[in-house]
Amino acid sequence: MLAVDGVSKRFGGLMAVDSASLALEPGGIVGLIGPNGAGKTTLFSMISGFVPPSDGRIRFEGTDITAEEPHRRAQRGIGRTFQIVQPFAGLTVCENIAVGAYLRHAKRADATARAREVARRVGLGAELDRPAGGLTVAGRKRLELARALATEPKLLLLDEVLAGLNPSEIRDIIPVIRGIRDEGVTILMIEHVMQAVMNLCERVYVLAQGRMIAEGPPAAVCADPRVIEAYLGHGAAARLAAEGAAHG
Amino acid sequence: MTARDLIPIAVLTILAALLPLVVTSSPVLNFLVFMLIVALGAQGWNILGGFGGQFSFGHAAFFGTGAYVTAILQLRYGVNAWAGLVLATGAGAVVGWSIGYLSFRSGLRGSYFALVTLAFAEVFRILANAASFTGGAAGLLIKLDVSPANLQFADRAVFYWLVLALVAAVLLLTRWIQRSRFGAQLVAVRENEDAAKALGVDSLAVKLRAIALSGAVTALSGCLYAQYFLYIDANIAYGSWISVELLLAPIIGGVGTVFGPVVGALTLHGLGEVAKQFAGRIPGIDLIVFGGVLVLAVAFARGGILGLLERLRDRGRGMVARGTKEVSHAGR
Repeated sequence: MLAVDGVSKRFGGLMAVDSASLALEPGGIVGLIGPNGAGKTTLFSMISGFVPPSDGRIRFEGTDITAEEPHRRAQRGIGRTFQIVQPFAGLTVCENIAVGAYLRHAKRADATARAREVARRVGLGAELDRPAGGLTVAGRKRLELARALATEPKLLLLDEVLAGLNPSEIRDIIPVIRGIRDEGVTILMIEHVMQAVMNLCERVYVLAQGRMIAEGPPAAVCADPRVIEAYLGHGAAARLAAEGAAHG
Repeated sequence: MTARDLIPIAVLTILAALLPLVVTSSPVLNFLVFMLIVALGAQGWNILGGFGGQFSFGHAAFFGTGAYVTAILQLRYGVNAWAGLVLATGAGAVVGWSIGYLSFRSGLRGSYFALVTLAFAEVFRILANAASFTGGAAGLLIKLDVSPANLQFADRAVFYWLVLALVAAVLLLTRWIQRSRFGAQLVAVRENEDAAKALGVDSLAVKLRAIALSGAVTALSGCLYAQYFLYIDANIAYGSWISVELLLAPIIGGVGTVFGPVVGALTLHGLGEVAKQFAGRIPGIDLIVFGGVLVLAVAFARGGILGLLERLRDRGRGMVARGTKEVSHAGR
């Protein structure tokens, strides 16, 4: 459903993303991992339309959307969350989510009803009338998720929705994400919490220094020497293997 | 919109409509009409600045356009004043949309947008002051011809009711905006434009709709000004005084609220009049009062008078709630 084909982004002399490609089939959860500064969020911004690629093409359900505005992509069914949460601070939780729901429901009553339903699903049912600015970090992450979900996306891009949460909060939100997938929404998630990646993703892509260096099931990818080196530095995989052999 | 949304607007409008039956002094009616004209223009500003968060420092561009369009149509083309009113309002929408298109499309936000609107208003002022078509520095005098067909009334109260009806109509319009998808998207753009875009909001289209509406309402108020005083020149119609008044009123009253602009205009002009009564010999005393009120509002009441009232009410409720709790504890 989504095909990213040789997409690059140059910021001055820095190659943030260097001809990265990925392909998503409908359904399922795919992870996008990589060390800090690998260009994951930049790639997300290109898919959702906030950053124009310097090179390459992006297709969604067969249509070339490389040059489309973000709101058009949202209308097509690409939802996203922001790594740095972006609540409408002056509005209540319900009003926040309703902005997303208005995309598919023109009437206030319908949009509000939809917003309440989504809020309950992500566990914000009790906070509907609170100002969004007063939510905890975990609450704001849920709000990001709820707003994106309220647009009824076909493809959901989650940018570190688990970052900053404690283990019990993570345990609470993982079933929510799984539930979204079970309804047929395709999910592409950037995540650093490896436990969650292992738990949720059927497939992961690894981005390092702007390049896609590996792809496959999470367990296989984590054992890939190129991936280990990307995280731990050049020669790390060999050293680890040698140490393993010595201890063995 | 529900009955709860409409009742306060209806009640206040009816009460205000009864006023001329009690007060017949023409200086007071004069004051009320002028105050309502400013309130109407401020309501226009509030649609864009209050709900959309796009602060304009140059709403004189729309006020003046409304005033000049109706005056020129009547004087040079013999158009009926009522038709002039409609066309002036339309012209305000067109000018608003155009200024919006030029500035929003190039991504101007915040203080840059404010400065560009200020520049537009100044350009219009200088052009209107120079061109003979607009009467130049001598201004334009609308012919005195008292007749309801010419939108001129022998009784000031009739004009008062007309302006009041339009203010009430814009109160309804604003309430509708607040309760509609358009309003939700406009507020979302104010709060966080990128997040709004990610949720499928076409922020450019939403802002253009807002500035066109805003320009239309403010142009309507300019048109009424011209029609009431029957004289305009560039420094009145496009002067920075009106830009300042139109943004002060909502900020003092409560920015982004339905009643804020009206409350603000009433407060400012009320205080201004009082100051003139007591210190009329000091020129510009009302402006000094405006400045003082603005400082107070910015320092102590960020949500304006309505925001302050709401906070006091919440605090009152909190105290009541705590009080009952204490009582119940004591009972135990």
